[in-house]
Amino acid sequence: MISAEHITVARSGRKLLDNVGIDLDPGRFTVVIGPNGAGKSTLMRVLSGEMRPDTGVVSYYGTRLDLCQPGDLAKRRAVLPQATQLAFPFTALEIARMGAVAQGALNPTEQARQALSRVGLRGFENRPYPSLSGGEQQRVQFARALAQVPQPVADGVPRALFLDEPTASLDLGHQISVLETARDFAAAGGIVLAILHDLNLAAEFADHLVVLNHGRVVAEGPCPETVSDGLIASVYGIVGAVGRLPAADIPYVLPQSRHR
Amino acid sequence: MAKALAMPFSVSPDGDRTRQAVLVLILLGTLLVVACAISLGVGPTGVGLRDLWVYATGNGDSLSTQDRVILEAVRLPRTALGLLVGAGLAVSGAMMQGLFRNPLADPGIVGVTSGAGLAAVAAIVLGNTLLAPISMLLGNQFLPLMAFFGGLFNTWMLYLIATRDGRTSTTALILSGIAIGALSAAIMGLMIVMADDRQLRDITFWSLGSLGGATFGRVFSILPFIAAVLVIIPFVARGLDALVLGDAAAFHMGIPVQRLKRIVIVAVAAACGSTVAVAGSIGFVGIVVPHLLRLTMGPSHRFLLPGSAIGGAALLLIADSVARTVAAPAELPIGVITALFGAPVFLLLLLGRNGINMRDMP
Repeated sequence: MISAEHITVARSGRKLLDNVGIDLDPGRFTVVIGPNGAGKSTLMRVLSGEMRPDTGVVSYYGTRLDLCQPGDLAKRRAVLPQATQLAFPFTALEIARMGAVAQGALNPTEQARQALSRVGLRGFENRPYPSLSGGEQQRVQFARALAQVPQPVADGVPRALFLDEPTASLDLGHQISVLETARDFAAAGGIVLAILHDLNLAAEFADHLVVLNHGRVVAEGPCPETVSDGLIASVYGIVGAVGRLPAADIPYVLPQSRHR
Repeated sequence: MAKALAMPFSVSPDGDRTRQAVLVLILLGTLLVVACAISLGVGPTGVGLRDLWVYATGNGDSLSTQDRVILEAVRLPRTALGLLVGAGLAVSGAMMQGLFRNPLADPGIVGVTSGAGLAAVAAIVLGNTLLAPISMLLGNQFLPLMAFFGGLFNTWMLYLIATRDGRTSTTALILSGIAIGALSAAIMGLMIVMADDRQLRDITFWSLGSLGGATFGRVFSILPFIAAVLVIIPFVARGLDALVLGDAAAFHMGIPVQRLKRIVIVAVAAACGSTVAVAGSIGFVGIVVPHLLRLTMGPSHRFLLPGSAIGGAALLLIADSVARTVAAPAELPIGVITALFGAPVFLLLLLGRNGINMRDMP
């Protein structure tokens, strides 16, 4: 279990995170939602070890995060960042391979190939990363993260996937397939934390929903109990949008309806 | 066409450039052997490649004493020095480009060479007075060590000034590099005014940028610096690859980012400073060699750094051979040859950067 307690981060006099606590359990897909500037990315940076909180403690299975070596952390959790640009023309395979190398794979090239085909990029191995579309680049980065933690549980220890807006710049089909891959990872005993903006996707995939606003956790729990009209109104300022059909002349697309 | 410049010539369909890179390394190694032979066997005196062959196959006794002296005391140290200087310049360029995540970073262009040069001039001018105790203590290593610290200081300044949140914009890099270089040059000017006649001769001789006057003393004075930089290549290559994705992503992949950057900054200063101390400033090797290699073997530092060492050594030996022979018996400064070849490549690179890094140009 990865847990954070009493996390506070202040930058230039503003509290980005204010006494936040969160538990990431194995086998559970945790989704963080919240408006822009709520502190979602900051929370992920703190949990991944990239940023040190001003107060509070993050621990990975009882070990304090700030005492872990970067190399050991890399074997335990992988992070999918928001859009990444490169100054040098690495190929898709070479990018994914970096994740496999970080994990200490014996055959990193083969592991990178498998990761690329898991995100539907078989045949893209030799494409220079800068020549790919935004969505394809995002999926190459996802493949890199998968290559870094190929097994949800290894040596009896669950591994973690941190996904910062994994669906940004993806089309609907790929949004769902990326989240399905992440859900499978959690279902097999891994830890998944994702930041999402699309509440419909969050509602479908989250086992555990955490709602951040102004740096505080304002609600958390399973989706059906958490997503309410009152919460959405207070956090996003949108009233009367939960569980109601739109006016008859507006078409709507709800990906979660495909399961009916 | 601009975009094509940034892209590799060709990549095998499976996306794995390992074999391609190894092949390029083998070709570079062959080129280096040829370059060594040319460097040893070509020159304004009558000693030629055939004499070199006779000497190398163990029949040196059949050569005249004078020819042997030319080979052993003139050409051999010069070739050895060229090897080390070329390797040092190209590797420091490749490392710096990885550190700044910018293919235009070159120690000569962004003022690191000027810092090393300033320190070297200070060593010459103040070596008998203010810095005399240090000079006595370090002996042969005094000049390269001073140049190393000068280069280190400017690299560090440049990194602090031009990098925000781990990202270095091309504009900030080049402009602050020019400013730091200009400041170093100005202080160097002050030093030169203070110099006496003998020191002026030393400075002029040094600043021509040449492998002329190579001695085994010089070779051994920079050998530890270049050897140290070459030895760390396997330890920084994976980190520099990961750093291409950004500081955060590199950390996520297990790289101790701050430590890596400190090591690379020190290595760049060591390679660049020590070569400046023995050979003056020789431009563009650090930008041309890594650029050509990225086109042929891909940008991975696992191959780029060793390739740059071999390719830089070969390029410099060839350039030096041209410098020695083209206007014989006079000798061209080697910096002229590398600039004639390198400046156009730099310009092409600058013009070709659309969409990848020019985005942050105003």
